[in-house]
Amino acid sequence: MSIDIETARKVAHLARIAVPDAHLPDLARELSGILTFMEQLNEVDVTGVEPMTSVTPMRLKRREDVVTDGGYPEKVLSNAPDAREGFFAVPKVVE
Amino acid sequence: MSLNELTIAEARDALRKGDTTAAELTGACLSAIEKAGALNAFVHHTPEIAQEQAAAADQRLKAGDAPALCGIPLGIKDLFCTRGVPSQAASGILEGFRPEYESTVTRQLFASGAVMLGKLNMDEFAMGSSNETSVYGNAVNPWKVDDRLLTPGGSSGGSAAAVAGDLCLGATGTDTGGSIRQPAAFTGIVGIKPTYGRCSRWGIVAFASSLDQAGPMTKTVRDAAIMLQAMAGHDPMDSTSADIPVPDFEAALTGDIRGKKIGIPREYRMEGMPAEIEKLWADGAAMLRDAGAEIVDISLPHTKYALPAYYVVAPAEASSNLARYDGVRYGHRAALGKGDGIVEMYEKTRAEGFGKEVQRRVMIGTYVLSAGFYDAYYNRARKVRALIKRDFDEVFAAGVDAILTPATPSSAFGLGEMASADPVQMYLNDVFTVTVNLAGLPGISVPAGLDQKGLPLGLQLIGRPWAEGDLLNHAYVLEQAAGFAARPAKWWLEG
Repeated sequence: MSIDIETARKVAHLARIAVPDAHLPDLARELSGILTFMEQLNEVDVTGVEPMTSVTPMRLKRREDVVTDGGYPEKVLSNAPDAREGFFAVPKVVE
Repeated sequence: MSLNELTIAEARDALRKGDTTAAELTGACLSAIEKAGALNAFVHHTPEIAQEQAAAADQRLKAGDAPALCGIPLGIKDLFCTRGVPSQAASGILEGFRPEYESTVTRQLFASGAVMLGKLNMDEFAMGSSNETSVYGNAVNPWKVDDRLLTPGGSSGGSAAAVAGDLCLGATGTDTGGSIRQPAAFTGIVGIKPTYGRCSRWGIVAFASSLDQAGPMTKTVRDAAIMLQAMAGHDPMDSTSADIPVPDFEAALTGDIRGKKIGIPREYRMEGMPAEIEKLWADGAAMLRDAGAEIVDISLPHTKYALPAYYVVAPAEASSNLARYDGVRYGHRAALGKGDGIVEMYEKTRAEGFGKEVQRRVMIGTYVLSAGFYDAYYNRARKVRALIKRDFDEVFAAGVDAILTPATPSSAFGLGEMASADPVQMYLNDVFTVTVNLAGLPGISVPAGLDQKGLPLGLQLIGRPWAEGDLLNHAYVLEQAAGFAARPAKWWLEG
């Protein structure tokens, strides 16, 4: 599978990483190289094999549906690049 | 011998006898760290916390309430969130992040009296095999045989360098594809990745959640047993943490492996494998045979597909885990231009904050999870992963107790030497270790000899799930038989 420049642009956007146009050819080449390496997986007969969901057979634990934590908004916000009046602040989303 | 050169077991015994104090031990390590700037192992120094914890440890020792790690100075990989102390996974995107909480593993270590000297260098988000993707710059291997600086391996490169350079008595590491075992092998120390679920992942910055495990990196197998004891255990905060008892690991070190069955997997005999690695492997098998174990040839037929499966599964999980770094809740936010909206904020922040290798893996992960490719790549890789695990299940069902393999395909290489190589070339470092993560098994790297250049080489033992005690015992026998006593010359102290 070879990735073209348009696909590289699309993947970068889906990953929310700004990639300048000038870097797209290199990126496409690198991604293609890695995908070619992965294509070895096509040699394996996986008929009837279930995809692994959990490496150790385990049932996820359940607990009472009660509040166990919280009540400290100042701690939650303490590392925010921009926090105002008890909220995370971001650029305007809706016009 | 300086106090910082002690093993954990030696220091524990000396502390309990009153031959030294936690304050003296901590002082010796802090002064060793100060002189070892050239190794770039410690990237955030916490001497005040260390001295405070040492004083508290001395109180507990005096009172006779001293768990094994009481007063033992450790280094903590930057991937672990430590309250109030920078914890940035060696990434620019977590610049300035000071967690309001403590990871479960470090909380347990501190509860048993351990002393934190500071945070250790690593590859960014644990993605790398040479510690060259770190925002702090390269960590440097204490081992040096010519004028080149060598990699300590990765991603736990700072942890390996700090332990091998006697800057601390032990260090925490994490291992997603070999990140404890490969750097341990490159620096002549011991590193164990426990069974998936043995140590809580809570408060450890996530890379690939189905593969990540924390473990100790130490000077000896006994030290690894002591430190793992304090790190392991069930934690309700991690839904994949196993609710099963933690046995006494140090008590498992009986040195008796008579009648045990050791498997030698034929698929690990790679084409072009250096003769000295092949010899080391054969020597290791002979040592275990001499100790009374039975050596059997085994087959793990899907081994060849472990690396490509890993490089689908790990980036897929990483792309999802790293979606949280968006410049909103913590860390870096890019300066925005006029008219930039929230999407530009995300894209610019992540372009500035993530290094090249992290960006590459996030994009690969995004691609293999995207509509149209999910089945072809991601689901296929998960099926192959199931087959890799089945290979191990069948071998263990046939009565094999442990599996012996080389830890790495080479000794430590020079920093910068892989810079122009294809990313896939760097991924090959994990060829012997990555199967263990995919199958969720415990694996340990034990220093076993020096190569012709005079650099350490390690052997890996792989154990049954939850049988870390048995695995450590096999490693202990190998360690005693190999008698690896070489130490790096402390070149960084000169000039």
